[in-house]
Amino acid sequence: MGAVLAVVLAAAGCSSTGGKRAEERAAEAAEGRAAVNTPRWTFAMVTHSGDGDTFWDIVQKGAEQAAVKDNINFLYSHNDEANQQAQLVQTAIDKKVDGLIVSLAKPDAMKAVIAKAVKAGIPVVTVNSGSAESKEFGALTHIGQDESIAGEAVGDELNERDRKKVLCVLHEQGNVGHEQRCAGAKKSFDGTMQNLYVDGTNMPDVTASIEAKLQSDKSIDAVVTLGAPFADAAVQAKQTAGSKAEIDTFDLNAKVATGLQTDKLGFAVDQQPYLQGYEAVDLLWLYRYNRNVLGGGLPVLTGPQIITKSDADALADYTKRGTR
Amino acid sequence: MSGSTAAPGQLDERLVRTSPLRKLLGRPELGSVVGAAAVFLFFAIVADSFLQASSFGTVLYAASVLGIMAAPVALLMIGGEFDLSAGVLVTSSALISSMFSYQMTANVWVGVFVSLLVTLAIGAFNGFMLTRTKLPSFIITLGTFLMLTGLNLGFTKLISGTVSTKAIGDMEGFESARALFASTLTLGGVEFKVTILWWVALVALATWILLRTRFGNWIFAVGGEADAARAVGVPVIRTKIGLYLGVAFAAWISGQHLLFSYDVVQSGEGVGNELTYIIAAVIGGCLITGGYGSAIGSAVGAFIFGMTSKGIVYAEWNPDWFKFFLGAMLLLATLLNAWVRKRAEATA
Repeated sequence: MGAVLAVVLAAAGCSSTGGKRAEERAAEAAEGRAAVNTPRWTFAMVTHSGDGDTFWDIVQKGAEQAAVKDNINFLYSHNDEANQQAQLVQTAIDKKVDGLIVSLAKPDAMKAVIAKAVKAGIPVVTVNSGSAESKEFGALTHIGQDESIAGEAVGDELNERDRKKVLCVLHEQGNVGHEQRCAGAKKSFDGTMQNLYVDGTNMPDVTASIEAKLQSDKSIDAVVTLGAPFADAAVQAKQTAGSKAEIDTFDLNAKVATGLQTDKLGFAVDQQPYLQGYEAVDLLWLYRYNRNVLGGGLPVLTGPQIITKSDADALADYTKRGTR
Repeated sequence: MSGSTAAPGQLDERLVRTSPLRKLLGRPELGSVVGAAAVFLFFAIVADSFLQASSFGTVLYAASVLGIMAAPVALLMIGGEFDLSAGVLVTSSALISSMFSYQMTANVWVGVFVSLLVTLAIGAFNGFMLTRTKLPSFIITLGTFLMLTGLNLGFTKLISGTVSTKAIGDMEGFESARALFASTLTLGGVEFKVTILWWVALVALATWILLRTRFGNWIFAVGGEADAARAVGVPVIRTKIGLYLGVAFAAWISGQHLLFSYDVVQSGEGVGNELTYIIAAVIGGCLITGGYGSAIGSAVGAFIFGMTSKGIVYAEWNPDWFKFFLGAMLLLATLLNAWVRKRAEATA
């Protein structure tokens, strides 16, 4: 009976992990081997990303490449529902991982479970949003951009561009970081700014909503979207509505880079997602290996980096391979 | 002539005594129990950390959060109706108690009580609109779903200025409310959330109502054939409103759990969960057409869902395929469920 079970276990074990192992081997072939011979630690990353989010894809790429270099077994999971994300962190604790990377878009929901991880002796690094809460929750450090500062940078840039009436397009209802961005922009911007909520999972709806808004208010001279895919929707909406508004956006992708080069877009605010994933894994490794903590416990900022036409040329190649 | 009456010496089929085994085979949740066992075995084999006691606590928690809602939703489905607003109603319920307590600077228990009243009122609204307009429940509750989604965000931003509520963790009554709705019990070093107890209690209550009370008979009757039920004196309107009140009550419990585990509520949450509740009830053997099913089945369905969603993570599968695995596992569990039931009915 035991022998039969062992065979079943072995067979099942092979078939379920084979694909992943092959994937890792392919990644290693493309990006080299582990640069260190520290034990193969397991780090888990749990984010608030929805399914198929381009931004988090880049974060994941950064984390995976750092994991290859640092000889780390990297696990990724995500859920946009706060309660579910907390449960995923719990599963990582159950698995007794050696390090945990968590995004804090909905910080209050994550507080208790992060405390649990810290209590269990798992070093935690927070990424992306939640710089204010990171230290309080007991995380080693936070890597990301301060959303308010990023928003203010947008407001300043809009002032420099002589904009008077701006639309801030929020694509995720209930995301605190998004609210902070628009609020920050409103704070430093001298003109008037309005928020527009759209359903980010329904692109035609996003386009139609922006279009309707631009048609009803011709005096809007700039639209700021909070994610790269939505900049493209805004460009289309602008064309159909016959508006002269400048489209600006948070985040970067290949299409945004081309948009900047062809003057379809004014500027982009990049928070360098690749860096957030890469650094998170690297800093956990440094902590495990050498008890190093970068930033002295203060947030390590990865943005905002304002990208205009002149920078876009140099970045176009990197956006095409999906790491910028 | 001879076909209309039973031959002498032959009992009416309703009076035939069936053996306990036969009875068991005829239960609606039997198939899902087999499905649950299969899913459990599968993850026990492919995921190393699945069998840990602490993992079991996590799986049970995931199942209980879903199961608390799946039980009344199963009853509602047996009664022949749907509730698409159930997922968002949970968030509404949490938002109401949080914002009422904070804005009135009242003891949080006052907010919890106000939330109960408002949540029940929304449930009653669903039931009342349904029975009054005779429109399908799909339309009525879809309207409620959209309205609540908008109200949640609109009210929260209007009152607190942001998309989430203000923290109420330092207010009077919070600790005792947390103990009731969101505490953690440690048994043998393993942590179990109190929602598991709520879940067990609700399923037991729902099963008792369904199998041992007159109201339970009414539920089966209105779900099977509402007009026939009305003709034999079943109060169809009262039954259906009662079922929606049941869903609202469970939404209130779930909402308070969300609030008191995190002390802040995000206004945009809950969308899509209504489907999960329905799925759990269907896996548990409820017929989508009504008139058949059980509360225990909904619990087994929730357990299958909890095991699958967390088991995939324990097995370290690539999350990009998560939904596919979830769908495939659920389909397999349900097919197994249907197969077992057919076999059981054939032998019974």
